[in-house]
Amino acid sequence: MMTTEISRSALTLRPDFATIAAWIRPGSSVLDLGCGDGTLLHYLRDKLDIHGYGVEIDAHNILACMKNGINVIQNDLEAGLSEFEGESFDYVILSQTLQAMKNTEYIIREMLRVGKEGIVSFPNFGYWKNRIQVAGGHMPVSPTLPYQWYDTPNVHLCTLHDFEQLCQQHRVNILERRVMNNDKKVTFLPNLFGILAFYRFSHAA
Amino acid sequence: MSTQDSDSIGIVSARRAHFDTPLSLKSGAVLDSYELVYETYGELNADRSNAVLICHALSGNHHVAGVYADNPKNTGWWNNMIGPGKPVDTRKFFVIGINNLGGCHGSTGPISINDKTGKRFGPDFPLVTTADWAKTYVRFADQFGIDCFAAVIGGSLGGMSAMQLALDAPERVRHAIVVAASARLTAQNIAFNDVARQAILTDPDFHDGDYYSHGTHPRRGLRLARMLGHITYLSDDSMASKFGRELRNGSLAFNYDVEFQIESYLHHQGDKFADLFDANTYLLMTKALDYFDPAQDYDGNLSAAFARAQADFLVLSFTSDWRFSPERSRDIVKALLDNKLNVSYAEIPSSYGHDSFLMQDDYYHQLIRAYMNNIAL
Repeated sequence: MMTTEISRSALTLRPDFATIAAWIRPGSSVLDLGCGDGTLLHYLRDKLDIHGYGVEIDAHNILACMKNGINVIQNDLEAGLSEFEGESFDYVILSQTLQAMKNTEYIIREMLRVGKEGIVSFPNFGYWKNRIQVAGGHMPVSPTLPYQWYDTPNVHLCTLHDFEQLCQQHRVNILERRVMNNDKKVTFLPNLFGILAFYRFSHAA
Repeated sequence: MSTQDSDSIGIVSARRAHFDTPLSLKSGAVLDSYELVYETYGELNADRSNAVLICHALSGNHHVAGVYADNPKNTGWWNNMIGPGKPVDTRKFFVIGINNLGGCHGSTGPISINDKTGKRFGPDFPLVTTADWAKTYVRFADQFGIDCFAAVIGGSLGGMSAMQLALDAPERVRHAIVVAASARLTAQNIAFNDVARQAILTDPDFHDGDYYSHGTHPRRGLRLARMLGHITYLSDDSMASKFGRELRNGSLAFNYDVEFQIESYLHHQGDKFADLFDANTYLLMTKALDYFDPAQDYDGNLSAAFARAQADFLVLSFTSDWRFSPERSRDIVKALLDNKLNVSYAEIPSSYGHDSFLMQDDYYHQLIRAYMNNIAL
């Protein structure tokens, strides 16, 4: 539909976006919550012919989406997704934003109301280097958790185990899990060696 | 990127298009022929794919950008938005401003001479709606050989007119930019319009709309209508910061003369407007606002009303706009989302109320610039 400036960078997609993209069926509909500058949606549109919208609250990101030719709706995720009808998307993505949400349970419910499937990614607080920093008496600071404790948007950090427990409690059915250490897949002790966690989930039947 | 570096389109002139095919109006009335006065900026490209229609608001007209050779102070009402290098770039687009049918700036309207009587139409001019205007836009495009507008853009009533065209002639609109608009007026909003109309209708100089033949003009009514409207176009905060409780002469006079600066400002706005605008046109335009309600034929279901739309939309609102609040823009966005149309929506931080859509604001202008840049021709 539109010519854009990020098509070149989208070819070398961030590894975390590539993990999500691998789960998306071509031609599907996608809602990307906290879509940033629209890079992921742009990639999904160009490579997988999806139809999608991003949701953003930050003015700079909204402008960046506009420049990138991405549909973007200004909205505060904490207030829910009232503009969107039930089951109106194949996938609702929440990429590295869950840990910064105040209403964690509400947004997961909303994702599964609006989408047939939800996809989340978040930094694994159980990663061994984080544990070592905590054992050493400090809150962890790392490339995926790059904030000091007094100046962080992250209010709800969790481990893989924590998230899976929440899913169980809320009758969320985990369809697929992928745990990454940079661009490497982690299968051995993922709650210890994984840096980023990805889940694809739906309503439990 | 600074927006100050761009130039005005410069000297422009208005032209006139004549239409001889009778126009059936929504009211049931028929206009046998009519004229529209318009301006264009930029060049229509060879395949006529770069036309952008600007729809004006309640008191606007076709003079959207540039200045007139014989009146260099008369700058177009959206000159900060439209011109070479501006958000709506006339180096890329062929931009058209039309004075709506029923207007008082040259298009056929209440002050025009009715060929059948040899007198001004006055109260006999039929009420026109956004749907009637949409028909006139299509006919206008036909005359230029424009099959499809690259974009239709409008704020306030202009945004409603843009939506109406996107609904009534979906194949003729590729993009619609709807700014500070609403899918229908609220009761409060209609109430404001009614007070404005009552001010005019009850002015002894109104003479049932036939004031032209009495050699009068309902100046007091029109002035009051404009003063009321103006209050609703500003925000409490912008009035407070611009005028506060400042007194014109420094102390209370204990009489009914102009004392507060806000009074002085409002009187000035009212006076200026009453000298330039036609009261019948004002009445008619407020009715067009009140009647706009695309969901009406769909049991109030706006999403059903938008099922026929095909255009991509950009919807913008302003945080301090209480006359056409962000919530009303979100209604439009919801209807577009329900139909899986391409749409972007931003709520622009601004303290200037409804009038924000006319103001120079970097973020607002950057959004429109970015959107317009991405329209492929």
